[in-house]
Amino acid sequence: MAQTETRTTITQVTAPRARRFRLSSITPSSRYYWLRLLLENPAAVLSIGFIGLIVVLAVLASWIAPYEPTFVNPAERLRPPSREHWFGTDDLGRDVFSRAVYGARISLVVGLAVMVGSMLLGSLIGLIAGYYARVDTLLMRIMDGLEAFPSILLAIAIMATLGSALENVIIALSVVYAPNIARLVRSTTLMNKRQPYVESARAIGLRDSVILRRYIFLNSLSPLIVQCTFVVAFAILAESSLSYLGAGVPPGIPTWGNMVSDGQAQLQRAWWIAVFPGMFLFLTVLAVNLLGDGLRDALDPRVRKR
Amino acid sequence: MTAYILRRLLLLIPVLLVVGVIVFTLIHLIPGDPAAVMLGREATREQVEALRERLGLNEPFHVQFFKWFTNVLRLDFGNSLFLDQPVTRALLDRVQPTGLLTLYSLTLAVLIAIPAGVVAAVRRNSLLDRLLMVFSISGVAIPNFFFGILLILLFAVILGWLPSGGYVDITDDPVEHLKHMVMPTLALSFSAAGLMARLVRSSMLDVLHDDYVRTAYAKGLPHRHVILRHALRNALIPFLTIVGISLAGMLGGSVVIETVFNIPGMGRLLVQSVTRRDFPVVQAAVMVVAAVEVLVMLLVDILYVYIDPRVRYGSD
Repeated sequence: MAQTETRTTITQVTAPRARRFRLSSITPSSRYYWLRLLLENPAAVLSIGFIGLIVVLAVLASWIAPYEPTFVNPAERLRPPSREHWFGTDDLGRDVFSRAVYGARISLVVGLAVMVGSMLLGSLIGLIAGYYARVDTLLMRIMDGLEAFPSILLAIAIMATLGSALENVIIALSVVYAPNIARLVRSTTLMNKRQPYVESARAIGLRDSVILRRYIFLNSLSPLIVQCTFVVAFAILAESSLSYLGAGVPPGIPTWGNMVSDGQAQLQRAWWIAVFPGMFLFLTVLAVNLLGDGLRDALDPRVRKR
Repeated sequence: MTAYILRRLLLLIPVLLVVGVIVFTLIHLIPGDPAAVMLGREATREQVEALRERLGLNEPFHVQFFKWFTNVLRLDFGNSLFLDQPVTRALLDRVQPTGLLTLYSLTLAVLIAIPAGVVAAVRRNSLLDRLLMVFSISGVAIPNFFFGILLILLFAVILGWLPSGGYVDITDDPVEHLKHMVMPTLALSFSAAGLMARLVRSSMLDVLHDDYVRTAYAKGLPHRHVILRHALRNALIPFLTIVGISLAGMLGGSVVIETVFNIPGMGRLLVQSVTRRDFPVVQAAVMVVAAVEVLVMLLVDILYVYIDPRVRYGSD
């Protein structure tokens, strides 16, 4: 605690008015240098823009979508893209654009919730395994076991047990990606726990939970943030695969995955039903991945040289 | 050396045991009575009771697990609830399509990745290098089922060159078999090829600056010879791990790809069994794939000892 206080005072003394935000004024010694590096990376900026757009679509879906996503209109079946129906209509006459906009909600909710879920679960396991040598082997063998399954297979198996529901998709995927996070946090914990500042924290009598939270976990944060971005991308992909297979969210709710699946049956007559939601999916995952790459380059100066 | 392999084989036991516990526990996580869930709403109480008895659900957990696991070790997964045949039989009938699809995809990915990665590293920052990066990044981001559907749209619907799905046994008609496998193989290998190519590129870049490569050039060896004989050989060592990992990805991906192209393999059976709530089949398929994956990773580790003389694990 005392250390952080000293550091803030020093920054305040040397850079009293760094608050007025200009990218070029952030120097390599600043705490926000990574942000400057990130925003100087065109791919990352484009990605942030695209993700922002998808977030807006998802949040404002009920205002943006011109039709109800489940509104069936037999008179308008299989219409190609037009001014009334930007992405055309499907075999039940439902508006593909409106459904794709609502589909963004499921993808984003799953992506974020799985990120939080697997981060909490994985960090907890990783911290305990790394800090307490006694349970390390047991915990990591369980993680090995979980990682022996190809991730989509484990997700399918868990979904088969729990039944199709949004929260079950989130639980299943959080369990699937937790080992990955746990391994990362364990390795940083092993490294951090031998550092002098942890020893001194222990020497002044701080409780383990405090040491783990403040001194070890916070120091694992930057690789963890990068990893979390990739978990979001994996989770969005996995959710769409589950939906495509009919093992994810219940079929009535429009998701990009089950839209592609519906569209496959109509591929001969109406390519747009599968292609538009598929492109949304592809571009979103691409953007999240590029953002992850950008964050990694910005946060880890060693990779930067490459 | 032998000691190392033996130790690795022994380490296999706990991992497989954990895998078994996970697979077995899944069935007990079913909310409510698993037997009732499996049989559906129309089942009578007698039928449910009979199934409980047959699955041994009335016995204590550890007894059930022990019985189940010893049977699994003898490759006996019980009977399918839906197919009216032993699960092992049902899986064996569907091994060929899945096995061949994975094999083709892995081969294709390696055949694309090595030359692409080497050329990209040697001509760093060239147009080809950039194209490869785009290819590789897209491969990771595009869902394999969507890529498969784009292939169907192009090659089956628009051009009419290839069948849009289905499977022909290789012994019945090899040509038709290959025709049916072209698109599934492309769809399954895309992301792995991109990842592998990126890895070959970066490990080639590492190696190209090493002293022994400079020495080789200094001796006056031709460029081609230095790249292929000296640099590539060492660059391929980390490649082996990625091959193992990609195989896992492909085994998982085949579940999806078999559904896209309607291929009667293990993955398709798994997906069908999930909707039919045929849990013995789900358990068996998941268990088999996980076991194959664990064995492949073991094989990779053992191969390292042969390939890379610097690796001296247990012997010292």
